[in-house]
Amino acid sequence: MKHLCIAILTLTVLTAMVVAESDTSEKAKSRKKKKAKIANAASSEKKLDKNPAAPPTKKKNKKKVPPTAKPAAGAMSPANPYVSSQPLRANNPIDIILLAEFKAQGITPAKLCSDPVFCRRVYIDLTGTLPPPRAVAAFLNDKAPDKRAKLIDVLLNRREAHTYWTLKWCDHLRVKSEFPINLWPNAVAAYHQWILQAVTNDMGYDKFARALLTSSGSNFRVAPVNFYRAMQQRTPEGIAQVVAGTFLGSDITAWPEASQARLANVFAKVRYKSTVEWKEQIIFNDPTPNTPGVLVMPDGSRVTMTAFDDRRQLFADWLISPKNPWFARAAVNRLWVWMLGRGLIDDLAPGTKIKSSASAKLLNTLAAEFARAKYSQRHILRMIANSAIYQQASIPADHSAKAKATFASYPIRRLDAEVLIDAINYVIVGHEKYFSIVPEPFTFIPIQNRTIALADGSITSPFLEMFGRPARDTGLLTERNNNPTTNQLLHMLNSTDIQFKLTKSSRINFIMRNTKLSVPQRVSQLYLLILSRYPTPAEAKTSLEFLTKRRFKKGRSGEYAFRDLAWALLNNTEFLYRH
Amino acid sequence: MSESNQFSRRSVLQAGLAAGALASTAPSLWAAAPKAKPHAKAVIEIWLAGGPAHLDTFDPKPKAGRDYCGPMNKALKTNVKGMEISPFLPQLAKQADKYSLIRSMTHGVQGHETAAYMMQTGRPQGGMTVFPSIGSVVSKFKGYDNGYTDVIPPFISLTKAKGRFSESGFLGPKYKSFSTGGDPNRTPFYVNGIIAAGISDQRQKDRRALKDQLNTLGSANPDDFKEHEQATRKAYELILGKERKLFDLNTEDKAVRDMYGRNTFGQSCLMARRLVQRGVPYICVNLSGWDTHKRHFETFRPRVAVLDQGLAALLQDLTKHDMLDSTLVWCSGEFGRGPKIQWSAPWNGGRSHYGHCFSAMVAGGGFKPGKIVGSSTPTGEKVATRPVYPQDLLGSIYDRLGIDPDGALPNPRGADYKVMPTVIGKSKGAGRLKEIMI
Repeated sequence: MKHLCIAILTLTVLTAMVVAESDTSEKAKSRKKKKAKIANAASSEKKLDKNPAAPPTKKKNKKKVPPTAKPAAGAMSPANPYVSSQPLRANNPIDIILLAEFKAQGITPAKLCSDPVFCRRVYIDLTGTLPPPRAVAAFLNDKAPDKRAKLIDVLLNRREAHTYWTLKWCDHLRVKSEFPINLWPNAVAAYHQWILQAVTNDMGYDKFARALLTSSGSNFRVAPVNFYRAMQQRTPEGIAQVVAGTFLGSDITAWPEASQARLANVFAKVRYKSTVEWKEQIIFNDPTPNTPGVLVMPDGSRVTMTAFDDRRQLFADWLISPKNPWFARAAVNRLWVWMLGRGLIDDLAPGTKIKSSASAKLLNTLAAEFARAKYSQRHILRMIANSAIYQQASIPADHSAKAKATFASYPIRRLDAEVLIDAINYVIVGHEKYFSIVPEPFTFIPIQNRTIALADGSITSPFLEMFGRPARDTGLLTERNNNPTTNQLLHMLNSTDIQFKLTKSSRINFIMRNTKLSVPQRVSQLYLLILSRYPTPAEAKTSLEFLTKRRFKKGRSGEYAFRDLAWALLNNTEFLYRH
Repeated sequence: MSESNQFSRRSVLQAGLAAGALASTAPSLWAAAPKAKPHAKAVIEIWLAGGPAHLDTFDPKPKAGRDYCGPMNKALKTNVKGMEISPFLPQLAKQADKYSLIRSMTHGVQGHETAAYMMQTGRPQGGMTVFPSIGSVVSKFKGYDNGYTDVIPPFISLTKAKGRFSESGFLGPKYKSFSTGGDPNRTPFYVNGIIAAGISDQRQKDRRALKDQLNTLGSANPDDFKEHEQATRKAYELILGKERKLFDLNTEDKAVRDMYGRNTFGQSCLMARRLVQRGVPYICVNLSGWDTHKRHFETFRPRVAVLDQGLAALLQDLTKHDMLDSTLVWCSGEFGRGPKIQWSAPWNGGRSHYGHCFSAMVAGGGFKPGKIVGSSTPTGEKVATRPVYPQDLLGSIYDRLGIDPDGALPNPRGADYKVMPTVIGKSKGAGRLKEIMI
């Protein structure tokens, strides 16, 4: 047993090393390439992205800013900055299904969103990151007809994207040191790393699921075994509940009791044992022989079981089999929720029939595509982001509930707590301070680390708590709460913290004091920094009037006006929300 | 669904609907809840995070020997005949006719988080359900869902919220406490988002007007920002309203401020009294630092002096204002501390976590004063008579507030939860504190 463990360990380490190596060499290659203009723009931002807390210095800006980033006097958006003049056209199977559905139901879809809206949206949705002003400017200037698709490809391969999708998976898998999950810091680090690696390499979801379900070994060394630890009830019933929620997209308590018992029976032989190392645990399959016979799966199908079969393996075979329609459907439905806020279907209990509707059809199409693409989650994300449905404006053309339910506009949601604090910290050049009530996990996080990169749900901050970051207690996607509250508004509108940082922000100061730019140009730059677009003529007029009225000039009292404009943009719904 | 069967139906993958569901299903379920005529209108919770030693506060054991009482081998007579408390609490000894003690609190849990969860929710951890703490439940029953209209939030933490567990559980962030931040012992007392440094009212109004003028997305799509706009309006009522004076402790007599102690805890207690006067139903004052594993007596002494002065002043002051009858004060940690002192290194006279037997204090709000509920064994290691479980204490507090502890605890999942049942899983409870209820 021990030898086996060591062998597995060595293998894992080796694989990890190989993976790491190939990763860096790939990076190097991609650095050399820099083919398309868009890729160029994206890589030139890399400097900024590495350390978002560090402001651009004057010198660098002089040299490196591509001519596109400095627009002519007071660059502006059209009066309606949210919609494109291009028509909404079907780009892929998602659109074919849903546009037909709109037609059948008499729903008018929203217009195609404008370029700046799209740019900000994909940055936020795919990478959890506010687009740097230069990237927006470069994107707006790009004349290529396929620039949206290109940007999606670039972003999906960015480190920020991997970090952000790891965050989502860690919410879902309850990666947290303390109560009530009690993974403990060492295991959290191992598990988070493993998930990050899987996301970065776009590990096939089938392999991902199998690793989580069938691994055995130490929670420190074989990271995926933490799947069996990251739950409140480490019993066959408790495991079954989590497995149903995670891989079948279903609430087990709504199942018939017999089906519940079948799934629990699969995990009846999962065992935990402690070692002499503090908080180390070995997860293994009880080696006492099974009574040979059949193992019944939740949907009633029967699988032959020998005396020495690990039931988890038999279950994984059943789960991942292309014949099992629930596995892929649950996965693509979850991705849809993550991208568009709501699922295509509520519950996918095995054995139940899915009504024939457009959303069921879409779910099946996505699931088939998922299987065809070797369960690449990135492929499905790319497909969703490229769809016209996703690229609709957030302003509905049809205000009926029916239209909303059928995704006839992009759904508005407040930014996730972590994404919001990162965006604020980017603008005000600050960094978040964390705490953990218990001495471990340690909360000394390097200031250049983004909040979306936090591994441990037990490390938190007052801001994250206030803005509805999920507690990672249950892993339900509903744990995250993005509804606005008065407390949140008080913090944004009037906290000493934000006010103080706004005064110190070197990014804002750099624009404000840049005498090479006219005041209208400075307003345009401020808009680009905070709202990721240029002002409309009306907005520019209002802003300039405000600055004149409040006697904007260089020097202490004169700068209040410009800071108040920055404050107003930071509190604009366009900054606080995905739209 | 019952409490033993807790996976949320249909919520596994419905992120978007969840938020809406929380808000929309709640109100209709609420109407039936409050029944009895309440004794208490408000609660002040003094939460001693870390677990204060019961032997050195409300349950002295002067005869237990050096291994148990260390240097403190005396007990202090109070102004109630037969009630003795630790000499560490001289001020509270003079106010014993205002409170009652529970010396038989027990849940047997030894970890901070799990014990805090038990004491705050009355329930053991587990399952896929995270229950709300008492403050959030009161905020739900006595707050905006049930006729509370003040802009001052109904559930306030001074000065920081408790960590360790989700305060509002399945009720969601709307029912979390508003934590003031800042320090009431300083002038001005900067209250998160309400009182900020150096922005004049005129400037506030100007930039608000600018913000509204620039609200291009909001005016293009007003339907989707209704909740946001409502929260903004409420925030501004606080930012620009008269309410700010509430947080100005300089309007109090100097003597009163001194009585509470010129420290964050003392002034927080004073602030709590002002909030009760204002009509806030639940205030939690957090005083941490009780986790005295090492050199217990050295670290404990200055901490307990702060508690003694602040809490005694609060009880005195509430009585003076004729508010104690309608204000329920309770004070406890998540557990007590090991009665047996660990003299050896590395503890050097420390006390460990101890959930098998500890003490809590209740005062006013429909509880009789000067009583002692239950007792512990001569060394304080076990409950001797009349155990009191967390659900018994919390259930009694709900009862005094007129929140039926056996009534439904509405939840977004539509499960059959009670506010605070006596029987929870294997724990049968020992009954609510009828013996000290008026």
